[in-house]
Amino acid sequence: MKAIRILRRSIRDSFKSIFRNFSLSMASIICTTITLILVAISLFLSYNVRQITTTLEHELTVVAYFKRDVTEEQKIRIENDLKTMENVDEYRIKTKEEWKAEMGKEQEILETTLDYLQDNPLLDSLIVKVKDVNNLKGVAEKLRKYDFVENAEYGEGMVENIIGIFDVISVGTIAIVIALVVVTAFLISNTIKLTIFSRKTQIEIKRLVGASNVAIKLPFVFEGFFLGIFGSIVPVLLSIYGYTILYNTTGGYLSTKIMTLVEPFPFVFIVSGFLVIVGSVVGMIGSWLSVRKHLKI
Amino acid sequence: MKLIKVEHAYKIYKNGTTAIADLSVTIDKGEFVFVIGSTGSGKSTFIKMLYREEKPTQGSVIVGGIDVAKLRNSKVYKLRRKLGVVFQDFKLLPKLNVYENVAFALENLGLPNSEIRPKVLKAIDAVGLKEKTRNLPSELSGGEQQRVAIARAIVNEPKLLICDEPTGNLDPTTSKEIMAILDKINKESETTIIMATHDKDLVNQMKKRVLVIEDGVLVSDTKKGSYKVNESDKNSKKKHS
Ligand SMILES: Nc1ncnc2c1ncn2[C@@H]1O[C@H](COP(=O)(O)OP(=O)(O)OP(=O)(O)O)[C@@H](O)[C@H]1O
Ligand SMILES: [Mg+2]
Repeated sequence: MKAIRILRRSIRDSFKSIFRNFSLSMASIICTTITLILVAISLFLSYNVRQITTTLEHELTVVAYFKRDVTEEQKIRIENDLKTMENVDEYRIKTKEEWKAEMGKEQEILETTLDYLQDNPLLDSLIVKVKDVNNLKGVAEKLRKYDFVENAEYGEGMVENIIGIFDVISVGTIAIVIALVVVTAFLISNTIKLTIFSRKTQIEIKRLVGASNVAIKLPFVFEGFFLGIFGSIVPVLLSIYGYTILYNTTGGYLSTKIMTLVEPFPFVFIVSGFLVIVGSVVGMIGSWLSVRKHLKI
Repeated sequence: MKLIKVEHAYKIYKNGTTAIADLSVTIDKGEFVFVIGSTGSGKSTFIKMLYREEKPTQGSVIVGGIDVAKLRNSKVYKLRRKLGVVFQDFKLLPKLNVYENVAFALENLGLPNSEIRPKVLKAIDAVGLKEKTRNLPSELSGGEQQRVAIARAIVNEPKLLICDEPTGNLDPTTSKEIMAILDKINKESETTIIMATHDKDLVNQMKKRVLVIEDGVLVSDTKKGSYKVNESDKNSKKKHS
C-alpha cells in the first residue's frame, strides 16, 4: 500500500514536471517521435523485404542446358550427383519438346517457326530448385563444370540486385536508427538533468525529511518513461493508419504479384507495441543515466 | 536515557580543515541544548554529523541508537525519519502553500492522505499558523516562514529537533517568538532540541544547557549556561588555518 502511494505520487510529480518544463519536454518528445517513426519505417521495410525475398526464393531455380550430344547415362549421372548436394531442394528434367510446347503456347508464331525447322533447335534441360537464394550461384557453377552441360543460368543479376539493394537499405536504416536511439537517450537524459538541477532544493528537502532513495529517484525515472511514451503516440498512429492505407491502396503488392506485402493485421499492432516499448525503455535509460550521474545520494 | 552519544569525534574535511577535534558529549532525551561558538568554530559541522550530512572522520556519533559513521548512504533516510532539521534559510518550496510544504514531508514517506491531514493540521496549529494554511511562502514574513519550517520538521513527531541558527535571519522580537515555540515543543512533546546560534541574548534568556565550541573543540558544557561574551570574542580573532 505504502509502495503504491509512493508510486502514485512519483507518477503525479513526473507529469507535473513534464508540463512545467514544457518546451524542454517537447524537444525530447519530438526527438523520440522522429526516432520511432524511423524505427517503424525500418520495421515495415525489413519485414516486407523478408516476405518478398522468401517469395522470390521460391520462384527461383537454376536451369542447366545439356549439350546436344548428351547421353542418357550422363543425365542419370548428373541426377545422382544432385541427390547428394545439400543445397538442392528438388529437380526435374525438362526436355526440348516440353520447352517447345511451352513456348508455342505463349506465342503461336514461335510454334510455326519451330515446326518449320526440321530439328528442334532447343536443348534438353534440368530445372533445379535450390533451398536458399545464396545457393543459386554455387549450384549453377557446379552444373557448368560438367562437360556435357552447355550452360547453367538463373535469374542472374536481377534477384541478387534486388536482395543487395534491400540489404543496403536495411543496414543503412539500422545504423541510422541506432544513432537516433542514442541521440534520443542523451536528449532525454539532458532533459532529466535539467529537471534534477531545477529541483535541487526539493531533492535536498526530500532527503532531509527521510524519503528513501528510491522515492527520490523514482519521479525522474517516470519522467523519462512518460517522455518516451508521449513520443511514441504519433509513430503508433502513423503505423496503424499509414500502413493500412498503404496496403489498401496498393492492393497488397508491389509491381508484380510476387512482391506481396505483409498483411496489416495484426502486424501493425505488433509494430506499435514494439514502438511503445522502445520509446519507454529509451526514456527510462536516458533518465537513469542522468539520475546515476547527477543525483548521487 | 541517552539520545545522543558522541565519543572522540573528529571531522577533517577533504581540503584538510579540521572542523571538529576530539569532541565527546552525551545528550539525554528531552534536553534543550544550545551550541554556540564564533563563526567557523564548527557548530554546523557538529550538527551535520548528527543528521549524517557529514560522517565523522574518526570516533563515533550515535543518534537514537544509530551509528552515524557506519550508516550507508542508502540507509540515511532511516536516521532522518527520527529527527527534524530547521535551517537559517527555511528551505521551503516556493510553489507550495503552507499546508503543502508541511505535508510534503509525510507524502514522501508514503503515508496515506487520511493520516497526513490531521498530522499536518496539528503541526501547523502548534506553530500558530492556523490562519495562513493556504498562503504561499512569499506571502509570509520571515518569522512565519521559519514557523512553517518548524512545523514541517515536527510533523512526523521526531524525538530530536536539530536547528542550525534558526533565528539567524530574524529580528529580535521574531526570534523570541520562534524560541517560545521551540521551548513549547521541547516541553510539551519531550522533543530533544539542539540549536546552534550566535544570538547571545537568546541564550542568556533561555537558561538551558550550553555547549561552547571553539576551533572545533568543545571548550565548555554548562547547565543553565550563558554566552560567555569575552571568551568567544577573544577566540573569534585567532582563526585557525
Ligand atoms: N564542506 C566543507 N569543506 C571544507 N571545509 C569546510 C566545509 N564546511 C565547513 N568547512 C570549514 O570547517 C570549519 C567549521 O565550519 P562550520 O560551518 O562548522 O562553522 P560554524 O561554526 O557553523 O560557522 P558559522 O557560525 O559561520 O555558521 C570552517 O573553518 C569552515 O571553513
Ligand atoms: Mg554554521
